[in-house]
Amino acid sequence: MKRHIILLGSVLCICALALAQIKEKITGNPGEKIPIAVPDFRGAGDAQNFMNTFNGTLWGELQNSGQLKMIPKTSYPLTIPQQPADFRPPLNGKSQGPWLSDWSGPPVNSHYLAFGYTATQNGQLVLYGWLYDVQQANPSSAQLLAKVYVGSPDEAGSKKIAQEFAADILKLFGAGSLMGTRIYFMSDRTGHKEIWSMNYDGSDQKQFTSYRTITTFPVVSADGTKIAFTTYPMRPASPGHPATEDQPKIYVHSLETGRKLVYLNQNASMNAASDFMPDNRHLLIYSTAAGSVSQIFMTDIDGGGFHRITNTRSLEVEAKANPKTGADIVFTSGRGGTPQIYRMNIDGTDVARLTSGEGDAVNPSWNPDGQHIAFAWTRGFEPGNFNIFIMDIASQELIQLTHGAGRNENPNWAPDGVHLVFSSKRGRSSQIFTMLADGTGLQQLTTQGNNEKPVWTKGTQ
Amino acid sequence: MSASDRLHASKIAAALLVLTIAVVAPGCKKKVPPPPPPPPTTAPASVPTVARAAINSFTAEPSTIEKGQSSTLSWSISNATDMSIDNGIGAVQSRGQRQVFPTSSTTYTLTANGPGGSDTRTVTVSVNTPPPPPPAAPTGPRLSSAETLQQQSQDAYFDYDKSDIRADARDALTRDAGLLKQIFTQDPNFTVVVEGHCDERGSAEYNLALGDRRASAAKDFLVQLGVAGDRIKTISYGKERPQCTEANEECWQKNRRAHLSAGQ
Repeated sequence: MKRHIILLGSVLCICALALAQIKEKITGNPGEKIPIAVPDFRGAGDAQNFMNTFNGTLWGELQNSGQLKMIPKTSYPLTIPQQPADFRPPLNGKSQGPWLSDWSGPPVNSHYLAFGYTATQNGQLVLYGWLYDVQQANPSSAQLLAKVYVGSPDEAGSKKIAQEFAADILKLFGAGSLMGTRIYFMSDRTGHKEIWSMNYDGSDQKQFTSYRTITTFPVVSADGTKIAFTTYPMRPASPGHPATEDQPKIYVHSLETGRKLVYLNQNASMNAASDFMPDNRHLLIYSTAAGSVSQIFMTDIDGGGFHRITNTRSLEVEAKANPKTGADIVFTSGRGGTPQIYRMNIDGTDVARLTSGEGDAVNPSWNPDGQHIAFAWTRGFEPGNFNIFIMDIASQELIQLTHGAGRNENPNWAPDGVHLVFSSKRGRSSQIFTMLADGTGLQQLTTQGNNEKPVWTKGTQ
Repeated sequence: MSASDRLHASKIAAALLVLTIAVVAPGCKKKVPPPPPPPPTTAPASVPTVARAAINSFTAEPSTIEKGQSSTLSWSISNATDMSIDNGIGAVQSRGQRQVFPTSSTTYTLTANGPGGSDTRTVTVSVNTPPPPPPAAPTGPRLSSAETLQQQSQDAYFDYDKSDIRADARDALTRDAGLLKQIFTQDPNFTVVVEGHCDERGSAEYNLALGDRRASAAKDFLVQLGVAGDRIKTISYGKERPQCTEANEECWQKNRRAHLSAGQ
């Protein structure tokens, strides 16, 4: 009983610590990260063939979480435990085998140790994985995680079990895992701008739309059941007239069936999808309805219940609802001259500019915490040369995450609140990258054609 | 056998027949005996008759011709004393052929009269009228309204992040207004689309709105110059359809434009 209380206590403590660190990370004061040692796992027999992939994936996933201090492998003891039975307490101050203090003491100075091994069993690749709190006095109180994972006996299977094990470790630290999350984006690799989706690591890239016109600006509902985007419906050719695009309109599709759902567009020269409200039942749009220039409106999920939120003579676009409360909106407005980021209440009141007025500030995206945003800004650079920034809305404190490498746009937060996906034109084409909210851990996910407007969703899980 | 006996006998026979059908029919259709033949009709009084005029045949070969071609009418009539075909052909013999050259589909009626009565028959020759030839070629190449617009309209250019009509855009749109009025008069069904475009530097989302405002500003200017507003539609392409893809001011300026294209 006592052991359970101690264990529970240590987990709670870890969670509280992790939350503080996420906030610190976002606000720019990285504190002490949680130290963890992750020695290379070995595989029995044929399983060893896949261990390079396994160890690379496990290390990468834990490191890319941004929550852990990965202790370099060069400082590890020579004898690595592979299972709990390998731990041997020292006898009379003399080592009898692996022991907790080997890892908690110098030179390793870790707090946690992930260990285990793989083997092929019944044609499957099986991982036996453990996580120990090595600051505990003995192995019986050190165990935080002991679990068996099964995958196919190949590279893909070894990657999968490594990702699942890493996800369980991260969950224990209160750091959301990215496993199962999916990124929707626009790609022109077929020759037309269409909506595509992929896993958080760039794998499994799939085409979602085939409208063969211009289809872009995807947004996904919080419950993951619906996607809205903006498309130029094709008008078929008629005698004397080639097929041409009609004015841009909002389309809503089910992500469960892939089918187009009913959405009644306003009779306007322009209708664009902006965001789903957190209730999954309303859409924010920007439209030239009522003969205005582009303004922000809200509609029901089928286009009914249309009502106006902004009422200016300036361009108002990209309204994004606070995912925590649904009570406030950040958006891009040209009311002060150049486009800048503003916030307002959901009814359009209490408008406040968040950016200084310098350059162009666009593409706001809420952190799932409802307190921070990411956006793209040309401050300090020529027009068009955007960099990614994050801001604590309450204090308006800023962190700049990219610094002039290419043009960086459309940041969008991962469900874990510490990763960002964005598009960057660093050569001749735009590609999609992910990074941590401190600008580290940059990974390129796409290579074919131009890929932009990423939206990171929880996925179907 | 008296008449009443005959009637009686036939009643019995009829009753027996009904009975037989009732008994036999449900189980075995094949065995139903053939019904008795109907009683002979009363022979008509043999009145001497005069044979009625009869048209045995009246055809047109071919029955469908192209305008300018001919068709041949053929007929055969018996017992007639007086035979004629309308449409200017007049009296004919009891057997004959006649070539006709109708310029449009024509129905010919053959009438045959004789002492015993008359007969008529019609035949129709259908004439296909070819489509009219194109109008005589004009001296110079004649452009469609869409081609005229494409070749003669001028783009209106804008400053970065602006939708104000500059002096040079004012000149271009003034010429465009004259061109549109001329096209609209000549081609009453023609409509025009004002496309709004932006350079690549703003965000795609903001540029969608900016392109819309540029197109709208250009349209408003044209309408002020008297061009029919209900025949002008606007569309914003934002930065989705750049005319030029290099990253320099010359190219960016080419993309910051309002462009006229034919509507549908």
